[in-house]
Amino acid sequence: MKPDKVIEIVHLSYTYPDGRPGLKDVDLEVHRQESVAILGPNGAGKSTLLYHLNGTLTGNGTVRILGLPVEKKNLKDIRRRVGLVFQNPEDQLFCPTVFDDVAFGPLNMGFAREEVDQRVARALEVMGLQGFEERSAHHLSEGEKKRVALATVLSMDSEILALDEPTDNLDPAGSRSLVERIRRIPQTKVIVTHHLPLVLDLCARAILLEAGRKIEDLSTRDLVRDRNLLERFGFDADFALWMYERRQPLRGPNS
Amino acid sequence: MKHAFLDHHSGIDSPIHRLDARAKVIVFFTFILVGVSSPPASFVMFGLLATALAGIALVAKLPLGHLVRKVLIVLPFLFFVAVSIPFMKKGEVGGSYDLGFGGVSVSQSGLWVLWNVLIKAVLSVFSILLLYSTTPFPKMIKGMEKLYFPKIFIVLISFMYRYSFILVDEIQRMKRARDARGFGGKWLWQAKTLGHMIGTLFLRSFHRGEMVYLAMLSRGYDGTLPEIFSGRWGRGEILFLTVVPFLLYLRFLLG
Repeated sequence: MKPDKVIEIVHLSYTYPDGRPGLKDVDLEVHRQESVAILGPNGAGKSTLLYHLNGTLTGNGTVRILGLPVEKKNLKDIRRRVGLVFQNPEDQLFCPTVFDDVAFGPLNMGFAREEVDQRVARALEVMGLQGFEERSAHHLSEGEKKRVALATVLSMDSEILALDEPTDNLDPAGSRSLVERIRRIPQTKVIVTHHLPLVLDLCARAILLEAGRKIEDLSTRDLVRDRNLLERFGFDADFALWMYERRQPLRGPNS
Repeated sequence: MKHAFLDHHSGIDSPIHRLDARAKVIVFFTFILVGVSSPPASFVMFGLLATALAGIALVAKLPLGHLVRKVLIVLPFLFFVAVSIPFMKKGEVGGSYDLGFGGVSVSQSGLWVLWNVLIKAVLSVFSILLLYSTTPFPKMIKGMEKLYFPKIFIVLISFMYRYSFILVDEIQRMKRARDARGFGGKWLWQAKTLGHMIGTLFLRSFHRGEMVYLAMLSRGYDGTLPEIFSGRWGRGEILFLTVVPFLLYLRFLLG
């Protein structure tokens, strides 16, 4: 059985309000429960592409989420299906307490109080944040903030997670434990990152962007063996291959 | 960086701290109302209010010295505003001084106005101080919301609470970066640098505001903020609320 497409992007172009080109003719298909990494240098359009998944930005071309075109009239529906986590948790967390932040999505979706409580409890548990309900965001460590930011979309039970540099700014241990938690989330994931270990641990497929264009769309297995491509994007090719082989048992035999 | 400059003592465990936020909001706002509306000569009233507030502070296990210091911080600002009044106000002369370049006279009614402003300001600040020293800020906001404070006001202060910390961090970082590059020199040069810093801070805040709004939209924000509150009206709250009719009664009796 061919897995169904959850994200379908055709000929997407976007120009920033100041006239700079953001994306040029990008096509992308993502299937259910896939994990796809978006890689590329700063300014390549990675975040811009991510923001198109829930209509935060809209360019020229078609974006379809679970068959629904991303248009104004579908936005409410699409935003509950795509959980977008911004790079900076200070942008993501705007409520007085952790509980309020994690409850914000479900409350906007109109759930009753008990359902909201359950969803918040579940999301916090997945992120290992039990007991953080009454804490304020400004009293959390960077790693905790990142986890709360993820919990704020997990509580919405979105089918697709769009994560913008989830391990950015984290120490190695924090980064590892976050990757491990993300790995256990079954949803379809699209992850913007510069962090190669994350890609190798989480994603079976990678999209490479450069100056707004999609340069390559390939499996992680092929990526780590493409020395030219890796070096073009500034990765250490030997290290990438070594790391990939070391992590094989983690991913299982089919990746 | 961690801050706790607002609700520093709100985590203490005391009978007052345990009360529902709504009860405290009502009681302390009654204190302000009664204080502000009393005639300037009602020394008994002011004495009673101050004693009652000090009593509450004692029950709440708040360090009185700390509270007094906090009130004193506000005082100079008030004083400089208020001190000019006796010189401006026309009326019965309370005393006049010859400073060599013409007479300066102080009017009696002006002095009354000064006293009036000072005592009421101090009592009001003391009341608000007690409110947020006994109630965690998020709970206070929610209590006020539940008591039908204007929604826009609630949203404003909850964002202010959340982002004031980030703003302070931002300022500290900029100051450090400035000092690290050997900041100094002529006064005019310093003023210019300060101007740039304020401008940068504004731009960053503006950008942050935009990102926060996008993050809100991504989680289904549609212009109405969801409200969630759990509180109770127990025996303690009712008991504490009896202060309200008592104060109002006194106000009419003494007024």
